[in-house]
Amino acid sequence: MRVRNVAGNRNDKVEISMTPMIDIVFQLLVFFIMTFRIVAQEGDFNVKMPLSAPAEGLPDPDRLPPMKVRLQAHPSGDLALISLNEQPLGQSFRTLHNQIRDVVGDDRGPGSIQETAEVELDADYHLRYEYVISAITAVSGYLDANRNIVNLVERVRFSPPRTPPN
Amino acid sequence: MRIKKAESNIVEGDLTPMIDMTFQLIAFFMVLINFTQSEQNERIVLPDSELAKPPETPLEHPITLHLTEEGTVIIGGEEIPITGLGPYLSREANVLRLRGRPLSDATIVIRGHRDAQTGKVQELIRECQRNNFETFALRAEEDVGN
Repeated sequence: MRVRNVAGNRNDKVEISMTPMIDIVFQLLVFFIMTFRIVAQEGDFNVKMPLSAPAEGLPDPDRLPPMKVRLQAHPSGDLALISLNEQPLGQSFRTLHNQIRDVVGDDRGPGSIQETAEVELDADYHLRYEYVISAITAVSGYLDANRNIVNLVERVRFSPPRTPPN
Repeated sequence: MRIKKAESNIVEGDLTPMIDMTFQLIAFFMVLINFTQSEQNERIVLPDSELAKPPETPLEHPITLHLTEEGTVIIGGEEIPITGLGPYLSREANVLRLRGRPLSDATIVIRGHRDAQTGKVQELIRECQRNNFETFALRAEEDVGN
């Protein structure tokens, strides 16, 4: 049998088998789909709790005394009452936010109230933690129209823990 | 012998668009895959906050503590009571000292369950303070609903 030289035949195509590549690609795709989890973004609220007790003596006249936010809880752990400097505000964190915003104002920069203001959180032992985060959110800042964070109070600390209910 | 070329009746579909789409899907999932799941724990449901945004720069020495709803702490895959946290924190402190870094460089990241008692969070902070840590970050989940 005579075999013709096929190299000269320009119409013949060398076809690469796509099957293994498609197999692997689909396996990769299935892996990524199975391991894909929609995870919400997480962020932190910084809390400075120094080891030493606050310095005794006369307070710094340039510095505001800490604003005391008291969070009282029902026996179930739900929020019962918010107070700011012993003034009851009901259960609305929006009211707390507005009060803090009135105190801090729009002044920013070195030496401003916003820079020196401090909030001390005093919560009942059995209060659910989510209310504490809501309170910290209310005093820490807000989102402007462009969803940028405008800071209010950056110094937040806890008062000593209260005794657990019996 | 002369062999006639038989006409093929197989109709081959064009696979190119499908492969293009598949590669795009793979690229999409590769970009979005989250490798930081070691910092997370499925038992912890974080509280929401509209101000909780990921930090622009990662924390230098984060030590992540998961506080469960029951008031126990999960660290390094182990669940322990808050009072038993001392040896773990001492070990972390020793690691920092060996690296020549002060303890003030470390940040204790508290991932507390939203229904945990606030007193437990404060006890946890106090336990860390006993081990000379003083910088804390309370972690919350970004609330995109508002």
